[in-house]
Amino acid sequence: MKKLLKKLYIFLILLFLYAPIIVLIVYSFNASKSRAVWQGFSLTWYQQLFTDSKILSALETTFLIALIASVVATVLGTFAAMGMMKMKKKTFETVRTITYIPVLNPDIVTGVSLMMLFAFIGIELGFVSMLLAHITFCTPYVIISVLPKLYQLDMSVYEAAQDLGAKPFYALRKTIIPQLMPGIVTGFLLSFTLSVDDFVISYFTTGGHVENLSMIVFSMARKGVNPKINAVSALLFVTVMILLLIVNKRELSSKKHAAKNKDTLLNREKQIIKYRRNEGK
Amino acid sequence: MSKRRFAFPYLIWMTIFIVVPLFLIFFYAFTDNASGKTLFTLEHVKAIFQPLYLKVIGRSFYMSLIATLVCFVMGYPAAMILASKDFSQKNTMLILIVLPMWMNFLLRTYSWLSLLENEGLINRFLVSIGLGQVQLMYNNFAVILGMVYNFLPFMILPIYSVLVKIDKSVVEAAKDLGANGARVFLRIIFPLSMPGVVSGITMTFMPALSTFVISRLLSGGKITLIGNIIEQQFTITGDWGLGSALSLLLMVLIFISMIFINKYGDESVGAGGLL
Amino acid sequence: MGKKIIELKNIYKRFGDFTAIDGINLYINEGEFLTLLGPSGCGKTTTLRIIGGFEQPDEGDVLFEGVRINDVPAHKRPLNTVFQKYALFPHLTVGENVAFGPTIRKISPDIIQKDVKKYLEIVNLEGYEDRDVSTLSGGQQQRVAIARALINKPRVLLLDEPLGALDLKLRKDMQDELKTMHKDVGITFVYVTHDQEEALTLSDTVVVMNNGRILQIGTPVDIYNEPNNAFVAYFIGESNIIHNSIMVKDKLVNIDGVDFNCVDTGFGQNTPVDVVVRPEDVVLVPADKADLKGIVTLVTFKGVHYEIWVEGPTFEWKVHSTLPQTVGDELGITVDPYNIHVMKHEPLEIPSEETAVEV
Ligand SMILES: Nc1ncnc2c1ncn2[C@@H]1O[C@H](COP(=O)(O)OP(=O)(O)O)[C@@H](O)[C@H]1O
Ligand SMILES: [Mg+2]
Repeated sequence: MKKLLKKLYIFLILLFLYAPIIVLIVYSFNASKSRAVWQGFSLTWYQQLFTDSKILSALETTFLIALIASVVATVLGTFAAMGMMKMKKKTFETVRTITYIPVLNPDIVTGVSLMMLFAFIGIELGFVSMLLAHITFCTPYVIISVLPKLYQLDMSVYEAAQDLGAKPFYALRKTIIPQLMPGIVTGFLLSFTLSVDDFVISYFTTGGHVENLSMIVFSMARKGVNPKINAVSALLFVTVMILLLIVNKRELSSKKHAAKNKDTLLNREKQIIKYRRNEGK
Repeated sequence: MSKRRFAFPYLIWMTIFIVVPLFLIFFYAFTDNASGKTLFTLEHVKAIFQPLYLKVIGRSFYMSLIATLVCFVMGYPAAMILASKDFSQKNTMLILIVLPMWMNFLLRTYSWLSLLENEGLINRFLVSIGLGQVQLMYNNFAVILGMVYNFLPFMILPIYSVLVKIDKSVVEAAKDLGANGARVFLRIIFPLSMPGVVSGITMTFMPALSTFVISRLLSGGKITLIGNIIEQQFTITGDWGLGSALSLLLMVLIFISMIFINKYGDESVGAGGLL
Repeated sequence: MGKKIIELKNIYKRFGDFTAIDGINLYINEGEFLTLLGPSGCGKTTTLRIIGGFEQPDEGDVLFEGVRINDVPAHKRPLNTVFQKYALFPHLTVGENVAFGPTIRKISPDIIQKDVKKYLEIVNLEGYEDRDVSTLSGGQQQRVAIARALINKPRVLLLDEPLGALDLKLRKDMQDELKTMHKDVGITFVYVTHDQEEALTLSDTVVVMNNGRILQIGTPVDIYNEPNNAFVAYFIGESNIIHNSIMVKDKLVNIDGVDFNCVDTGFGQNTPVDVVVRPEDVVLVPADKADLKGIVTLVTFKGVHYEIWVEGPTFEWKVHSTLPQTVGDELGITVDPYNIHVMKHEPLEIPSEETAVEV
């Protein structure tokens, strides 16, 4: 009895969380433009989606920015983390605190402050400014993912490699980077996801006609429900699911302990919650 | 070989894109150059205290508090159930609770439109059972609902992660000493879960307080929150001074809540400590 | 010793396919210090938790003063537990921890305050009321846990390896204190340990367990001197356990190829048996003075005595003696008849790490 009530409660919570998403996806296949009436299955909205040049260019912008931003952030952040380890405690603390600012600040504050910066140094709002903004908010996540791996780093292999005649850079590539790889990949994937997902910061740091998907959704949704958005949502949802599965698989195969595997997705979520304290990241 | 210089590119980046913007917020919040010269002023900060804005700030607090409270009331039992040892498939359930957070935040908010509109599913259902149409959107209810929907997992997870860590022998010790179920909860479990509760409250309250998207979409722009005012200053009005002053207010609140989390919250959940 | 206070009747407890408690019958007398002793994983904690009400037996009855209490929840049983890992309430001070039970029972604050003081004194922690429990050492936390249980004046105190996490010296001190406390408060103690020395030192009654069963119940002296079977002998103290012995007839047993006089009867004739001889009961004599002869292979000084290994025809004997011997010498081995313990032959299940610290 008590167990049943518990199950029921969790079911209701899940219903609350999923009903809107499911409705959203179901109606993306509705033949009619009306959301309320079901007029049969159709792929109209998906067809329209792929002929809508605005949406297509937004799609391009979104993934181009996400790709460049996460690559740059990964390189910048990984080296930053390695350098930070060699800093004096005080400097390290200061850099770390500043690094946390974009993570903790509400996105709207990060967004408007960057907007003011671009005006101040005379960068026109558009693709470049948006890209710079994305690199800025992604890099801290890379640093946060790589730092713990650096703490656990076994430096003796690096020294042993040099002792055996390896040049410092070669030794670095062969000994240190492999140990950091899990953190680096996590940081990269995190950056990519956050960048694809971002609305608020992009909203304030772009201009001209450069828009990402979230912004298209926002401007369409302001005018009410639009089945094309439903179609975009469904696609994004599926994409994110697949990405998550890949991330999880990667972790599954990289970890040996079967017992731990169950929790990897979970832990990842928890970690991300730590950072995703604000809307829309 | 000193590897310290590896950090140099980032240090430069950090200075330009994190430190300078922060400084700009302070700069615009406390200066004015109406007369062509940049002068120190408290006008923008004072402007916050005009009745018009005070009302908005009050409303933002009020709605975020309600949303946080609802999240807490809904989320605490859920976290407890998930943390109970006899609950099967708890990992699957947890993943399911976290999963929606991976969906674009805008889309999640948007998804409620199809349900809440006058022509939406809920209203069609109400009409079909003869209850007639109800105005579900464009009001406080819709905005609070949107906040609860978006931030509920942020409440459940920190509380869950503290609850599962509670040593079950401590609970048994309380029973052993004569406490019944209710007493065990009130005297042991709830006090011990406080760090998670503090983290959960901060993690729902702060984003709710600073949102402009939820209010914009679900109230159709009828309800103005702090976030909407800031947005307007930067996209329409161009009053960066006021916008910066309000941003500063949000930052101060974040700062306070961070101190709070570091003191009472669960460090492993809050972002204060490093992983 | 008083009357029976707790009785376990034919208790079974299974976790899935695994039988943790395999038919236990046991009674505990009022006021005694009873110890459940056995290797890690043998079901001691489970037995204690069944008594405390934290675990329901699948079969069998738990009686308290003759009344079945299977369905009485833990918080209503007149017992208190000192948990394996203390289980102090981390958000409460030392004083609040100790006061927890009486507060629940709505006893007036004045009395509680006095009681807290008194019981903290009993456990040698006077003046620690306002300390944060996390600032205490392991031994001090243990004392708080004991005070927190004793203040409720339980009829029975259950202690699950309370000294397991302490270092050796502290352990010895706490053993003495526990013994004193038991005398002073005069309530029944049910104690769990995997440390045979601790069990023998503290207890009035020792219950030796293995694989969810009780192997022997007795006083420490009985258990030590008259082990029921080879496992008990093996587990309790060091022993020579000679498996290939043969009971020739009543009062005559063939050990290591030589006939010895003994006091045991009733095994029949020419029956394979196990024989246990304590190392301190083996007497070494000149080779021509005994039928059983052996060569000294190793001599180690152990502080109080020498440990001497003597290679007999089929068995290597461990001998404790206050006199040293010379490696390589041939000696005679004798044992007094009453020091030879004959028991039914059974395959010995030696636990892999019999003294492993429990997790
Ligand atoms: N809740 C449980 N679920 C499954 N197995 C258990 C549980 N509790 C105890 N066991 C198993 O029962 C056996 C006895 O455990 P326990 O009573 O704790 O042993 P001891 O205290 O003597 O070391 C162990 O093998 C243990 O793994
Ligand atoms: Mg145990």
